[in-house]
Order: sequence, then C-alpha cells, then structure tokens
Amino acid sequence: MRWHKIYGLSLRHIYLIRNSFPRILDLIYWPSVQVFLWGFISEFFTVSSSYYNNTVGVILTAAILYDFLFRSSISYNMMFLEEIWSRNFTNLFIAPIKISEIIAALTMTAIFRTLIGLVPAVLVAIPLFGVSIFKLGIPLIFLLIALYIFGITLGLLVTAGLLRFGPSFENIAWASLFFLAPLGCIYYPIEILPNALQIIAKGLPLVHIFEEMRNILINQTVNISEIIKSILISIIYFILGVVVFYVSYYGAKKKGTLINIGE
Amino acid sequence: MNIKVQNLTKKFNNYLAVNNINFTLEKSKTLGLLGPNGCGKTTSIGMMLGLITPSSGVVLIDNQNVDSTNRNDLLSRMNFASPYIELPKKLTVRQNLEVYGRLYGVKDLKNRITEISEDLNLNNFLNKNTGELSSGQKNRVSLAKSLINKPDILFLDEPTASLDPDIGDFVREYIETYKSKNKITILLASHNMKEVERLCDTIIMMKEGQIVDRGTCKDIISRHGRDNLEDTFLKIARSKNEMA
Repeated sequence: MRWHKIYGLSLRHIYLIRNSFPRILDLIYWPSVQVFLWGFISEFFTVSSSYYNNTVGVILTAAILYDFLFRSSISYNMMFLEEIWSRNFTNLFIAPIKISEIIAALTMTAIFRTLIGLVPAVLVAIPLFGVSIFKLGIPLIFLLIALYIFGITLGLLVTAGLLRFGPSFENIAWASLFFLAPLGCIYYPIEILPNALQIIAKGLPLVHIFEEMRNILINQTVNISEIIKSILISIIYFILGVVVFYVSYYGAKKKGTLINIGE
Repeated sequence: MNIKVQNLTKKFNNYLAVNNINFTLEKSKTLGLLGPNGCGKTTSIGMMLGLITPSSGVVLIDNQNVDSTNRNDLLSRMNFASPYIELPKKLTVRQNLEVYGRLYGVKDLKNRITEISEDLNLNNFLNKNTGELSSGQKNRVSLAKSLINKPDILFLDEPTASLDPDIGDFVREYIETYKSKNKITILLASHNMKEVERLCDTIIMMKEGQIVDRGTCKDIISRHGRDNLEDTFLKIARSKNEMA
C-alpha cells in the first residue's frame, strides 16, 4: 500500500468537508441532538429505575457509543455515495489505486468524519448532564476500537452492495444499522431478549461491548475477556467485509457497472 | 506504449456488446473509434481501461494484460477523459487536480498544476468549485485531469461534445499540439467526424459490437464512394453488417 495515494483519496473527502459549512453542521447536529434526547431520558431512568439507581448516565453513555458506531458506518457509506452522486466513480477506478488502498483511505477518513460529529456531543454531555464517557477509563479506548471496526465493517458491506447493485442499494445504506440495533442490546441487558435471539446476539460484537460498558459503570469492574471477545469478533466481521467487498468489485467489473454507476 | 486488442468479446447476459474485435494501436498514433450509439465503443474502452472484465479475449498494453497484477503500473501511465464522467463538484479545480495528481503519484505536483493550468487556460477559475463551471470550463478541467500524469496513452471519449465551436476548436487544437509535442498514443471515440479527420491517423468503424471497417479516413471514404467521413459514417451505420 502506498500512503501518498491513501492520503490523496482521504484529501478528497477532507476538502469536501472543509469547503462546506452545512456539511460540518450536519455532522455535528445529529450526535448533539442524540445527546440531548438521551440525556433527558437518562435522567428520568436514573431517578425512576432500580436497575440504574445511583448510576447516572448509563443510557446516555450507551447512546453516545451507539452514535459512534452509527456515525462511523454512515461516514463510510457517505464517502462512497459521494463518489456516485458526483459521477466521479469511473475516474476513481481508472486511477492507479488498489482496492486495499481505497478501503484504507475510507477507513481512515471515516474516523475523521465521525469525530467531527461526536467530540462536540461528548463535550456537551459533561456540563449539561454531568455524564462523561471518559468515566469508562482505559477500557473506553478498546470499546471504541471494537465499535469502530464493526462500524466500518457495516460500511464496507453496504458499499460492497452499492458497488455491485448501484445506487438502488442506497436505502439499505441508511437502514443497515437499524437491522442490528435490537440485537445489539445497546440500552438493555441481553437477558431481555428471548433465548433464541440471545444466541444470535452473542455472535455480534455489540452485545459484548454494551454489556461490558454497563458492567464497568454499574459494577465498577472490568472484564477484559469481554473486551477482547468484542474486538476479535469485530475483526472477524471486518475480514468478512473485506472479502465481500473484493467479490463485489470483481462482480461489478464483470457486470460493467463501474463505468456507468453514477448514470 | 501500444495497445493490442485480441479477440475481445463482452457478453452481458444474452446481449453481445462486443463481438470478437481485434486491432492494434501503435505507439504515438491516434486511433478513432467510431460507430453509432450502442455499438460497443464504451464497453470496449471500459475493457481497455480494466473497468470491465472481458468475456473472452485480451487487452495487451505494451504486451502486458491490463487485468494482470501490473494493472496499477499500467494505469499510472494511462488516463481517460469523458464529458459523461465528472470530477467532484464541491471541490475547487485546484483541489481536484491535487487529489488526482496524488492518486497518480505525480512528482512536483504544484508545478505540474501550474503548467497544465496555464496550457488549458484554467487560471481564472482554478479556485472555483468545479460544479460552478460552464460545460466548456468543465471540459478543459477534465482534460487537465486526464493529462495531469503526462500519460503515455490517453483515452478520450467525445472530448468536444456539447462545446461551442470556439472552445471545441481550442480543445482540438490543444490535443493536436500536445500529441505532436509528447508523442502520446491516443484512442479517441467521437461522433464529430471533422474532429476525427483532423486528429486520427487511422479509424475503426464499429457496428453492433463488431468492427465493420478500418483504415485511414481517406481510404475508408474512398472505399465507400463518399465525399466525406460524415456521409461514410451514415452509409455504414444504415447498411447491413459488413465485416472488415
């Protein structure tokens, strides 16, 4: 992989954000709205629920972490959709870039887009609701890594669909994360799910991430094996995502969609 | 660099888009690819650029298969311009040239951008968003992008489509001068017969996925008993298939 090419491709998206104030505003707006919404719900549950008794901000922390996942996935999809909308697809695929370099550039730039939106929201939550995700301590870094890997994996799978089936796959891009949210046990413990769904849910990294988040905030203990499990599962999905992306790319070349995808 | 197209065929489900075409484009020569809409020109160019996998046959660039592991090395010495593909509209012209310069690994990029901007008169709108430009300006920016890496092979798909005669002439003049100065190999797909006559050394006529005639403009015109390439094109396009 050549870094100057990865940087070049990232630069295209950085310029796009930098040139457009509405885009920056849009990136910041939704995570901040989430913080306000879940902040008030969180306050209500803190005083009204025995499960959350004396544990301020579990729900808000979950909301922020979920938003991190959501933003990283959507950022990935958005960058790919931008190429389709601007009809720049052919230019991109005739440039001497490897697929691995495209994946690397999108992965790196997605974190940039995600943080633009999330950092203000995280900072707003501290004075407004007295909730800081930094209370999770060092494990927060690893939980974010697991979330990010899984987020970009979802992005990768959706972009693979866009590559193979064209812009008609766009709706799936927006809906992709909502498919998994109920099984992710973001706001509730896994025991709430029926037994059969619990088995499926354990195959997702989300359950391990959010269970561990609650464990740290409520029980004040850290279960390292859960964190490792969440990262490993995310990596497995990521590898699968890369394979699917390559298969879609070769499928698109066979089908001829790379040359007219924006039309 | 030269291009050899050998027994190239592309079938999309039951539709035969390109049917067993063969030709060679010698180094520093310009070949015109002509034919009515839907005759397989874009699909052929797509296969030559490695964007479409052929059903059978090969495209050899300097004797290397364009679909080989060397694809990126080959692509770094090629480029493509077409009015049907665009550059990101929200990026300025300079930013687009910078991004593509980096993707093509252009050395001394700043100077290259200055040089090509002067050559193609882009300086007045270099810092303007690409989406805000007129079609003539966009067309020149697209040409600048396609020359940013000083390619050895340039693919041009209707480079002067939708341009007014003045700008169209400027672009043709520029391509002509650039070609003679840089000894570049060009494959030009166009519906503008005067442009083809002016720029191409040889031409290939395609119809329904097949090559139906080939040669110099003069040869083809006289072979079909017409006065100009436009009439010859019409005769071939409206006749039943004749294999070259």
